[in-house]
Amino acid sequence: MSTSHDDQWLYTISSKNKLIDLNFKEIWRYRDLLLLFVKRDIVTVYKQTILGPLWYVIQPLFTSVIFTLVFNNLGNISTGGIPPFLFNLAGITAWSYFNNCLSGSSDTFKKNENIFGKVYFPRVIMPMSITISNLLKLFIQLGIFIGFYIYYLSTGANLSVNANLLLFPIYLLMMALLGLGIGMILSSMTTKYRDMTVVIGFGVQLLMYMSAVPYPLSEARKKFPEWVATFVSYNPLSQIIEGFRYMLLDTGSFSWTGFFYTFTLSVILFLIGIIIFNNTEKSFIDTV
Amino acid sequence: MSIILKATNISKQYRLGLVGTGTLSHDLNRWWHRVRGKDDPFLKVGSVNDRSVKADSDYVWALRDINFEVKRGEVLGIIGKNGAGKSTLLKILSRVTSPSTGEIKTKGRIASLLEVGTGFHPELTGRENIYLNGAILGMTKSEIKAKENEIIEFSGCERYVDTPVKRYSSGMRVRLAFAVAAHLEPDILVIDEVLAVGDAEFQKKAIGKMQDISKGEGRTVLFVSHNMAAVKGLCSRVVVLENGMSVFEGETKNAVDFYLNNQSNESGAGSSEFKDVFSRKKEMQLLKVSTSDLSGRVRSTFMQSESILIKIDFKINEYIKGMRVNMGFYNISGTLAFVTSSHNLTGEGLNAGIHHLELIIPSFLLNKIRYNLILNAGIPGQKILIAPLEVLVLDIEGEHAGGSTHVERWPGMVSPKLDWRFNNL
Repeated sequence: MSTSHDDQWLYTISSKNKLIDLNFKEIWRYRDLLLLFVKRDIVTVYKQTILGPLWYVIQPLFTSVIFTLVFNNLGNISTGGIPPFLFNLAGITAWSYFNNCLSGSSDTFKKNENIFGKVYFPRVIMPMSITISNLLKLFIQLGIFIGFYIYYLSTGANLSVNANLLLFPIYLLMMALLGLGIGMILSSMTTKYRDMTVVIGFGVQLLMYMSAVPYPLSEARKKFPEWVATFVSYNPLSQIIEGFRYMLLDTGSFSWTGFFYTFTLSVILFLIGIIIFNNTEKSFIDTV
Repeated sequence: MSIILKATNISKQYRLGLVGTGTLSHDLNRWWHRVRGKDDPFLKVGSVNDRSVKADSDYVWALRDINFEVKRGEVLGIIGKNGAGKSTLLKILSRVTSPSTGEIKTKGRIASLLEVGTGFHPELTGRENIYLNGAILGMTKSEIKAKENEIIEFSGCERYVDTPVKRYSSGMRVRLAFAVAAHLEPDILVIDEVLAVGDAEFQKKAIGKMQDISKGEGRTVLFVSHNMAAVKGLCSRVVVLENGMSVFEGETKNAVDFYLNNQSNESGAGSSEFKDVFSRKKEMQLLKVSTSDLSGRVRSTFMQSESILIKIDFKINEYIKGMRVNMGFYNISGTLAFVTSSHNLTGEGLNAGIHHLELIIPSFLLNKIRYNLILNAGIPGQKILIAPLEVLVLDIEGEHAGGSTHVERWPGMVSPKLDWRFNNL
């Protein structure tokens, strides 16, 4: 061996952290693991349940029915000519993807303590796989949505999609980035401060009501107190939900400013998530 | 040979007590120091990792300034008592946790057999788990595919490979997991105590495989174990850890000798003194029990090839006739291996005063297990002087079991070396 090779170290294990240490080469090397995790998640979730993947369908349907009863029949919230059930189903479909990504990745460290304590692989693989495997659920739920869409069309409801449908992949990306970003931030915090698990539980629930899921953004601006309306408007999630309904049902409003605002914020939150997550992964096993 | 891995000044600090109390204030303090570009204030405090002494600070060093180099193709052993820092070092090497100070540079991929079976999912079949587990350990799908049949065959689970792992017995699960791990091909392989898995037959296979890996295939291996025989069989060089510090580094034989002999310095091991073990009417008082080799060096770990001298010191306050001291050898699950008694010697009558009894356990009698020594004394049918009392723990290690060079443990509570002979007429 020549001495010139002696300085070519493959990698260094040390206590020092780089700020953004997302090693794409390494993640690429572990791509098979990512796919296997996705497969595992999909295959094993509903093993030994009677209804199996039907649960994917039942959850949003029942929630939509309840929302329609409470908010539209009882609360008289106007959905602008769209059948309220369909309106709610669209919102819930989008929300539940975000919600699943968030809650799935927010206990990454705690749930995988066992694996993480024994072998190394890029930890980001875990939350990434959750985001990907939740896509399946999303597409099944979208299928249900399309089914009801066609049903309502056949009964003569006045429905149409919007040219914004082309933005669908970007909306998907934004939801994934937001869910993943916030989830990673929370997962890092739960390793040290367990209070966070409690906060996440009901926090997400509350956030849904502040994200224009069961009502259109215009109603919020009209009826909420000033500061709440501002909060709901600037909440990137209500932008996404509203945008989602806009392209699928041509209802509500859309602005490019709002779109870019949401996109930028999603990317920023995702990057913050990565930074915090990387900081945590190096030493979490000592504090978990 | 070129150096493939180099560790410089590796230290690891842990926090004692309840993590979570006061962490926020410590975290803020740390952050404040970092913002001003100063050192972490809590890295300065802390004491040596000696568990028997009560720490005077909230922080403890699990490892302190460890330096070593590994050459390509070398099998380096890392030995030390429980709590010496072996596992911490392995965790750092396998990147599960990061060191508090220092750095490790490596020229190859490190994979560990830290604990086999990590990430097995009970609902997936054996085959699916081979892929998942292999990928977790750093293999790509095509690498696993190429070795799939070999892995299945090695595990001996062919019939069940398409059955969910939750229906496997624990032994099968371990075998499958080890099979996957053994077929890894990293540049540096870290092995920790895997010798303990499986039944005797599988252990033999596993050790054979490890010998192949380290000898035949010329792989670099870091081998961490309590098993001196395995260390002697596999390693070319050994680092001895004690209380988080490297106390010896050198050739295997010297290192093992150092490790075994050095135990005499350690408090408690191999010797117990008693202050208040009396018989009910204070006729007898137990003073001290110790185990040592024949030259008198007190310790608790012995090779099978050594004779063990057990000394029992006690005090008699008035003449006693018919009393005996019994020493029972139990395994850790509490099963009795045998009892030996002093009745021939002490039954004749003992005068008041301090007596020193000695008992020699011949070499090649005990098995390679841990024994609990339980002492009692009394006059049969009349009175109990000393109720059964756990006095010492004895660890037996070995190089050769029944003439075989394999280091697996033989079943049984003892494994005496007996005379076999032919009588062919």
